[in-house]
Amino acid sequence: MTDEQEQSVLRFDDVSVGFGDVEALRDLSFEMRAGETCIIFGAAGSGKTVLLKTALGLLRPDAGSVSVFGCDITGLPEQELFQIRSQIGVLFQEGGLFDSLTIEENVGYPLLNQPSLRCPPEQVRPRVEEALRFVELEHTLEKFPSELSGGMRRRVGIARAVVTDPPLVLYDSPTAGLDPITAYTIIALIVKERDVKNTTTVMVTHRYQDGHFLANFRYDPRTDRLEPSAASGAGETRTRFMVLREGRLVFEGTRAELEASNDPYVSKFVRRE
Amino acid sequence: MFDFFKSPVLAVQEFYFLAGRAIRNVFRRPHYASDVFLQMDIIGVGSLPIVATTGFFSGAVLAMQMAKALRQYGAVGQTGQLVAITLVRELGPVLTSLVVAGRIASGIASELGSMKVTEQIDAMRALGTDPIQKLVTPRLIATCVVLPLLTIIADFVGIFGGFLVALFMLNLTGAQYWNNAWQALEYLDITFGLAKPFAFAFIVALIGCYFGLATTGGTQGVGRATTQAVVASMLLIFVLNLFITRIYVSL
Repeated sequence: MTDEQEQSVLRFDDVSVGFGDVEALRDLSFEMRAGETCIIFGAAGSGKTVLLKTALGLLRPDAGSVSVFGCDITGLPEQELFQIRSQIGVLFQEGGLFDSLTIEENVGYPLLNQPSLRCPPEQVRPRVEEALRFVELEHTLEKFPSELSGGMRRRVGIARAVVTDPPLVLYDSPTAGLDPITAYTIIALIVKERDVKNTTTVMVTHRYQDGHFLANFRYDPRTDRLEPSAASGAGETRTRFMVLREGRLVFEGTRAELEASNDPYVSKFVRRE
Repeated sequence: MFDFFKSPVLAVQEFYFLAGRAIRNVFRRPHYASDVFLQMDIIGVGSLPIVATTGFFSGAVLAMQMAKALRQYGAVGQTGQLVAITLVRELGPVLTSLVVAGRIASGIASELGSMKVTEQIDAMRALGTDPIQKLVTPRLIATCVVLPLLTIIADFVGIFGGFLVALFMLNLTGAQYWNNAWQALEYLDITFGLAKPFAFAFIVALIGCYFGLATTGGTQGVGRATTQAVVASMLLIFVLNLFITRIYVSL
């Protein structure tokens, strides 16, 4: 394992997050290292989105600490968090696109507004076009989010998440509410982003298929398709699975361990053949 | 035992926190000048027709009512004075602010509320922008600038409405009405007549933003936030008006 792979990218230590009397996350601890893929399963209301927002510093834990790239962000003021967030790409559940801005303005938003990036204005358009080409939506520059379908909005969301080439990308239920074909397109883009740019990836979802593709498939640049990771010759993906239940981490392990689990709740997220 | 008070006390604390950050951001970079001008257009130019209409009819009705009362004392000629004083001191600032509150506080709350429930506020923070700096401060600056200007317009249109009534229904001459109205006004009236909408602007903008950013619970929550913003801003305008008027009468 190289030093780069050793580097801790995201670390939760006994993190609890509550809203009034409801505890959304309870004593959550885990660590992710560079280049890893982490798939977090959980039913609705299990704390998946809260976990991602806590990792971004959008929510502050009531107890415990969160470290991103080795920096403890638990007590950082908002202005200092911008520096950390500039290294994290995020796709929100419904895309989180600004509906008053065009697609070009949406995707270019982090380039122009992240204080630590300060991208020269003349470089914004080419980078936006490149990011939109990545998700095959380069023809939508002048459109508004309301003019796009749900799947296209997610793809624009992915373009906005990766336009700054962040080393860590978080995906919040990227396929929720999409038909199977569109869901596959989204997952294929996530795998492609991970393998082309070697990003550390966290995806929360309730769909087994999403985790299956991320764990067992790699992007093959020669065919521009996903191939089973064993067949592609690139080796196994460094994928870990976690399962959340009512804010608690009830499972953490490999795909084989997930499939071998006898826990009825954990088994819900495994497709039994 | 005191759990009942927790929620309102927390709300007040959150509101002051928001207000403090919004005002502090006026003096901090980055400044979103284009957003300020956009909001001035939406709030100021957009509210002009309704503010002018309200002012005109208020002034006209005021002139009729005052003339009826003054006729008992044979002082119909003083109509211009009463219309001007009432409009500039009270009705102009309060009615304009109420109309703008109904139009703008609701608009701000629903816009920000929709952004909140569709995770656009979170996205903004995740992408390096302080939502208070980007959304709240420009609306606050814009409202503080345009509400006094709208009040001036409402005052003038109201006095003009009174003039038409005086001219066509009370048989007063234009010179009589305007001289009477002009001489009745003192600098203190105008100062307080403009200080009031400036103070009310804080209520309209910040209450709208507060309820918008505090929205929870999807589209139903947006509707609730909108209603709460209008009701709260209107009530607070009446309460604050009492305190400002108390200061005025003691001078």
